[in-house]
Amino acid sequence: MATVRFTQNIQRHVACPTLEVPGSTLRAVLDNYFHDNEKARGYVLDERGRIRQHMVVFIDGELVRDRDGLSDPVETNSAVDVIQALSGG
Amino acid sequence: MSSRCYVATRKGLFTIDRWSSKWAISRAAFVGDNVTLVMHDPRNGDLFAALNHGHFGIKLHRSRDGGETWPEIAVPTYPPMPEGYVPKPHPFTGKAIDWSLKLIWGLAPGGPDEPGVIWCGTMPGGLFKSENSGDSWELNRPLWDHPKRDDWGPNGAEHPGIHSICVDPRDSRHVSIGVSTGGVWITRDGGKSWGQTGSGMRAEYFPPEQMGDPNVQDVHCLAQCAAKPESFWVQHHNGIFRSTDDAASWTEITDVKPSVFGFPVVVHPGDPNTAWFVPSTKDEKRCPTDGRVVVNRTRDGGKTFETLRHGLPQEYAYDLVYRHGLDIDSTGNRLAFGSTTGSVWISENSGDSWQTVSANLPPVYAVRFVKSL
Repeated sequence: MATVRFTQNIQRHVACPTLEVPGSTLRAVLDNYFHDNEKARGYVLDERGRIRQHMVVFIDGELVRDRDGLSDPVETNSAVDVIQALSGG
Repeated sequence: MSSRCYVATRKGLFTIDRWSSKWAISRAAFVGDNVTLVMHDPRNGDLFAALNHGHFGIKLHRSRDGGETWPEIAVPTYPPMPEGYVPKPHPFTGKAIDWSLKLIWGLAPGGPDEPGVIWCGTMPGGLFKSENSGDSWELNRPLWDHPKRDDWGPNGAEHPGIHSICVDPRDSRHVSIGVSTGGVWITRDGGKSWGQTGSGMRAEYFPPEQMGDPNVQDVHCLAQCAAKPESFWVQHHNGIFRSTDDAASWTEITDVKPSVFGFPVVVHPGDPNTAWFVPSTKDEKRCPTDGRVVVNRTRDGGKTFETLRHGLPQEYAYDLVYRHGLDIDSTGNRLAFGSTTGSVWISENSGDSWQTVSANLPPVYAVRFVKSL
């Protein structure tokens, strides 16, 4: 189970508590997270399922490479951090 | 007569009410958030606020208690591209349109005979329709799939967009839209088919051979007269145009002081010859000429203009007014506009004089009166 943590800034729009979620890719992990929190999906991903332009995701401190396909592998016990990018102002 | 208006700004949504003799801000909502557009539905009182969170994307909220609470509702989303479809790169940018919502740029209620219908114009170049007051949205495919839509160009922003939506009072299926950059488009069957108009418009930012192409016209704002719906006004990137034949043909209005450049236009709901503009020094400067904020009014269909300035700052003022930043109430007597410098002014005498409501708001994107049917 990966631990998924969200930026504090998102919490005033939609509650995104830290949760442990199964999945071996970022796509699987986020799909599992958003399955029970559908509203949050649109705050992180666009309608194409890509990471929003001004959001960034780290897996164990490493920046996610595949921002469109979300194919980056996630290990058991990985930490996934979803935060806003400075590029968004 | 309207006694309330809403002001959408870079840092919140503000309610302005008329008290005994003056207008004042009575409520702030979404403080700190980028509210790009607001709409009041005169059929049922619903209020809509469009937000652009930057990091977190575009959102829509609806209030059904006069602005007390604002639950989030569905946002228009673009459908998946068909299998094997390769979008055409635009010659200006070399980039293809991304089928993804970038901005809600136009909101308009459907006709009185269409309860629940809301039209929504977006960047990039989408027109969405809701039949349930925004609970869900569907992209209008006949317009989106029109081959000329691929050629719509970017404007000051990176993406083409639909900002003006005029539902014809004679027939709610007759809808006219303004596109920047893509001219004026009309459906007469509720969106099943679309045709382009624009004969007579001129795009001086194109080579002579292409100046008259209806699809390159940068319509900044399109306004339709409620009492004479065959009459339209357009504030265009390089001028003012008028149509009196259901937008079939357009006549350019020239020699307007201090400028023919600007973004908004409103037309008197009962008189197609009376319209208001907020002129700015053209294009490359985009600020009031000589630092003086003025409103231009014509009462004779564009033959002459009065430059109205009583109550408006007349020195060192650099307020720009965006396309949704000017509104008129259903009597035609009350007008309100707001600027990029955070000023809001209201007139109760058709623009003859103006009251400053605030000079300290965040940059204003939209001003909308509460109107009745």
